[in-house]
Amino acid sequence: MASEMSLAGRRRVQLALLLAPVTLFFAVFFLGPLAIMIVTSLLAPGLYGGVEWTYYPHNYGRILGFADPAFEVFDPVYLSIFLRSLKIAGFTVIATMVVCYPAAFCIARLSERWRNFCLFLITLPFFTSLIVRLFIWVLILRQTGIVNEALLATGVITRPLELIYTDGAIVLGMVYIFIPFMFMPIYASVEKLDWTLVRASLDLGAGPVRTFVRIILPLTAPGIAGGAIIVFIPALGNFVVPAVLGGAKVMMLGNLIEQQFLSARNWPFGSALAMMVMSVMLVLLFIHVVASGRRGADATN
Amino acid sequence: MRDSIVRLEGAAKTFPTPEGQSVIALDKIDLDVDRNEFLTLLGPSGCGKTTLLQAISGFVELDAGRILIDGVDMTTRPPYRRPVNTVFQNYALFPHMTVGENTGYALEVAGVAKSDRMKQVAAALDMVGLAGMEGRRPRQLSGGQQQRVALARAIIARPKLLLLDEPLSALDKNLRQSMQIELKTLQSELGISFIFVTHDQQEALTMSDRVAVLSGGRIQQLDTPRNIYDRPANSFVATFVGASNLFDGQLDDGWLLTGDGIAIRHLPSLGKASGKAKALIRPEQFFIAGEGRDYPFLDVEVEQIVFVGASFELFGHTAEGRKVVAEIPAGRRSFIGEVEQAKKARLSYDPSAVHLIRCDADGI
Repeated sequence: MASEMSLAGRRRVQLALLLAPVTLFFAVFFLGPLAIMIVTSLLAPGLYGGVEWTYYPHNYGRILGFADPAFEVFDPVYLSIFLRSLKIAGFTVIATMVVCYPAAFCIARLSERWRNFCLFLITLPFFTSLIVRLFIWVLILRQTGIVNEALLATGVITRPLELIYTDGAIVLGMVYIFIPFMFMPIYASVEKLDWTLVRASLDLGAGPVRTFVRIILPLTAPGIAGGAIIVFIPALGNFVVPAVLGGAKVMMLGNLIEQQFLSARNWPFGSALAMMVMSVMLVLLFIHVVASGRRGADATN
Repeated sequence: MRDSIVRLEGAAKTFPTPEGQSVIALDKIDLDVDRNEFLTLLGPSGCGKTTLLQAISGFVELDAGRILIDGVDMTTRPPYRRPVNTVFQNYALFPHMTVGENTGYALEVAGVAKSDRMKQVAAALDMVGLAGMEGRRPRQLSGGQQQRVALARAIIARPKLLLLDEPLSALDKNLRQSMQIELKTLQSELGISFIFVTHDQQEALTMSDRVAVLSGGRIQQLDTPRNIYDRPANSFVATFVGASNLFDGQLDDGWLLTGDGIAIRHLPSLGKASGKAKALIRPEQFFIAGEGRDYPFLDVEVEQIVFVGASFELFGHTAEGRKVVAEIPAGRRSFIGEVEQAKKARLSYDPSAVHLIRCDADGI
């Protein structure tokens, strides 16, 4: 009888009912496709696309360079794409951090009106199309773009520079689109920073550099870590930026996966690549959750 | 020259307000703090006491004037190069460090070896009654314990001067009172000067060797707690420190005559003084007539009697309509009963307890 149920029991039922729709949604639209992908990644590619229903573990070996020894020799081409993607995502994280960290301090110290205005400016790019914003960089960076034209006209260079279709161009584009993602978590932790702690440190004889290293940096670290995760994960799998600013020259994981599904029609290999990307993300998220969980435990104990 | 640990010469500071005006926080202050002295800066909020403290610790740069600490000019030195430590109002403990790391921070910064540092941390924590708490986190401690850690952290490097910025204001009353005694004991044990900022006059009187009463960026009076209370230099000090009955009038041969017919007897301590003055009678200096010889008195009509534990507070007014407050010890219950019935009281006072404030002291 419902009336005999304890209050805690009723709470539990209530909670379960409230969570049911979202649980169902995730089961159908998230776990389902994920299961399909896991299964696909372990099957052999069909001759003209699709899959053959035989167990085939070499998709994963192929990523590392050791494919089916019956057909292929060691070739780390995919591994190098994987490593390059990690590198570009890493550089993106570092560059956005270098830009956002000081900026967060500047904005946090402004008066409320200017602060809100600056925060509005940072969210402004979300109102326009990502593709359009990236193509503007093409106009700026290409051989006959603004930068090269200006440098040629002033005589600084005699031949146009290779600005576009390089790793650098990709990092630039990534930084450009991911700055808001880095800024927001960093800003949240910087704004929370208790400046009397900084004063206490100075008062106890620590100079500005030591105060930064021992007090400011550790206290804003959660924001930096959060921003790094939020930027690194989409940067690793991003395929729009390499497609627009990397041209056909620079391949990243995102493009490779897209290619496997849409042009090469090797779904199992594409699935295996996607699983690899996801496992990297899961490891990072796990570390982040454990680390912030420990911080949370420190804070509440 | 006086051998003072801190010397301020004409310290001046003006802050702009958001409305585009400016407010004077320090109005050319001169101050000497002696070695091993417990000095309290007392005043209402906005009187400049915190600014003065921050000028000494280095967080506020003076517009004019000099600050010497132990004879060395520190006016332009940054906070981290001054031999001064502060106990902050909200403790300001580093949340990401343990109690031990917090306490030893000044030593760590100074490059003291770890083993030596840990010994000193243990000694400092022992001194504030927190022995063995090194491994705790600040958030695991109660407010009083956090306060003690902040204190241990500030004294561990043996500064020449300890500044305390309303450190007890967040504690409850009993804890505050025991901390007051402990602070005073600690100060005499350490043998370093303390400058203590508070707006609580009771706190100031309890702990200090000397009290500086501040208002409007100026030191109104700098004296021992007893003199501050018994002989306030002006009516601001008289009314800010303790409750007071002030009667302004004309001095006339041992009497102060108010315009509306009240006469206050006083001992002619100002000689054959004449002119305008204010007479101060503290509430506890009144007693109920009939118990002594022929003391001068004021007849008042009683409005309210409030029991506050150790005493009764009697609020009334004279026939001329002047408010009078008196404090009658609770031991005198029988008198209080009579007064309550009659709604009238004859409040006597000892003329030697009447303090005169000359009106020129108030700048009138």
